[in-house]
Amino acid sequence: MRGSSIAIILIALSLVFLPALTPGDNILNWVFLVLLYGALAQSWNLLGGFGGQVNLGHAAFFGLGSLVTRTLWLDQVPLPVALVAGTAAATTMGLVIGAPSLRLRGPYFAIGTLAVAEILRITTGNILPEISFLPSSFLAGYRLLPRYYLALVLVSAVTLAAWWLTRSRFGYGLAAVREDEDVAGAIGVHPFRHKLLAFVLSSFFAGMAGGLFAYYHVSYYPQFPFNPIWTFDALLITFLGGAGTVWGPLIGAGFFLLIREVLALRLVELHLLIFGLVFIVVVIALPGGFMEAWRSLAEKRLRYP
Amino acid sequence: MNSILLQNAIFGLLVGGLYGLGAVGLSLVFGVLKMLNVAHGELIMLGGYVSVWLFTIWRIDPFVSILAGGPALFLIGGVLYQVLFRRLIHFHEEHKIKNSILIGFGLALVLQTVAILAWEADERAVTPAYAGAVFPLGGVVVPISRLAALLLSFVALGGLHLFLTRTRYGTAIRATAQDEQAAALSGIPTNTIYLVAFALGSALAGVAGALVSVSEAISPTIGLNWTLKALIVVVLGGMGNIFGTFVAGLSLGVAESLSGFLLGNVYREVVGLALFLIVLSLRPQGLFARG
Repeated sequence: MRGSSIAIILIALSLVFLPALTPGDNILNWVFLVLLYGALAQSWNLLGGFGGQVNLGHAAFFGLGSLVTRTLWLDQVPLPVALVAGTAAATTMGLVIGAPSLRLRGPYFAIGTLAVAEILRITTGNILPEISFLPSSFLAGYRLLPRYYLALVLVSAVTLAAWWLTRSRFGYGLAAVREDEDVAGAIGVHPFRHKLLAFVLSSFFAGMAGGLFAYYHVSYYPQFPFNPIWTFDALLITFLGGAGTVWGPLIGAGFFLLIREVLALRLVELHLLIFGLVFIVVVIALPGGFMEAWRSLAEKRLRYP
Repeated sequence: MNSILLQNAIFGLLVGGLYGLGAVGLSLVFGVLKMLNVAHGELIMLGGYVSVWLFTIWRIDPFVSILAGGPALFLIGGVLYQVLFRRLIHFHEEHKIKNSILIGFGLALVLQTVAILAWEADERAVTPAYAGAVFPLGGVVVPISRLAALLLSFVALGGLHLFLTRTRYGTAIRATAQDEQAAALSGIPTNTIYLVAFALGSALAGVAGALVSVSEAISPTIGLNWTLKALIVVVLGGMGNIFGTFVAGLSLGVAESLSGFLLGNVYREVVGLALFLIVLSLRPQGLFARG
């Protein structure tokens, strides 16, 4: 336990001082992407991993956060205000979708979230078909450093939220709901309230990650952040690292971006196919991800020294 | 004004028939196996490609291609069940739904990428001689190929209904859906029934895909949209309720088309979502379910 706390502090410190240590922007940019994807995956994990509810439209909240933040920011609204507004929009959408669909058992929540993501994507593409550029006045002052530190703050906040779920009354209640709703209800845990609050928390952080993306990316189609590939990447990363664990999504994000970098160099067309197959294999054969594999390896080592 | 409204309603009905047929296979699989295959739209896409290639290479009429698309997807569905979904069948119900959704999500990406690699990302269309033909009806026109597709959807659905209610095999499928243990005790090979039900649901996607190709272009990325429409339709009609599903498909088609006309085309997709949320809040068992 002590060893792992020291490791975490060392990694956190090196992330804080990384910009001073790396000469160009290349490495910093890659680490930024790890933090962004890690934060997005962790926000999915808050509900999907700790609460067991499969959200197939996570891109909706990422996209809504980025759409509102970008629009306001380019309209000369100060960035913090724009970020707050984008996050608020995503959170509100979480309430609107979650309230009717989380009340029911079965696949209603997965269907509802998938529907909202696709419909927002198509509608955004219909209304805003033009690519969104940063105007030259914004480009002149563009620097990676503030984006990097914002990502670091975001990833810390969402990971803190995940950590809170492992040791709070609410988190225990949520775990009980994930394992068995009937039993959870019988011991006095309100399943609907727990699921809804976890979902609101999850869409809150997804919206904030979307806002960060809007602040980071120079030019993209407004419907791009709504693309289902964002949901897929968040799921893949979470399941690779280990759903329902605090560090799984971050480890998964590092691994995912490393592999993607390698594949993008050689096999651009194949990389989606490979990731799709990897995801299916992980869901079927390794439901606990890396964290579980590591834990069982460590246990074996303890048992047979 | 009135005739334009009516014209939109007719187009909506014709598209809605495809929504309904696209959703019936999903509904059947959910009703029998309690699994949600979110790669269902990708199976429709594959069915569409069967028809596109048969037409491009041998000029085979898309309505005839149904006879190839259905069986082809029956086989593909059977293989997918054996390789991926079979291992979930004895999971606890909530666990089963969740894992089938996750596997289907990965599968959708895989099938879409395979289609892009195999046939490029272009849109492809089937263009038989009668493609643009319409017949006038009062003040409106009805496209003949779309009307034929709607009628064939009725035929496919009626056939499915007769199969499920009038044959021993269909009865065995319904018995398994109702109570697996009782079905197994009365000598029904439930594992085979699950395989056949999944393959049959995929075959319906194949038929739907061939009928889609009659009036719309096929490309590797159309799958998600069809999955989405099928999911909304299944919720509107009531999970596992086949006729309710079809009527819900027609209703969604008309509602989308009319609202596209009245509110402007950019917002037509929003109507489906609004309908979904309203029905979920007021009648979660579906619009057409009894009780």
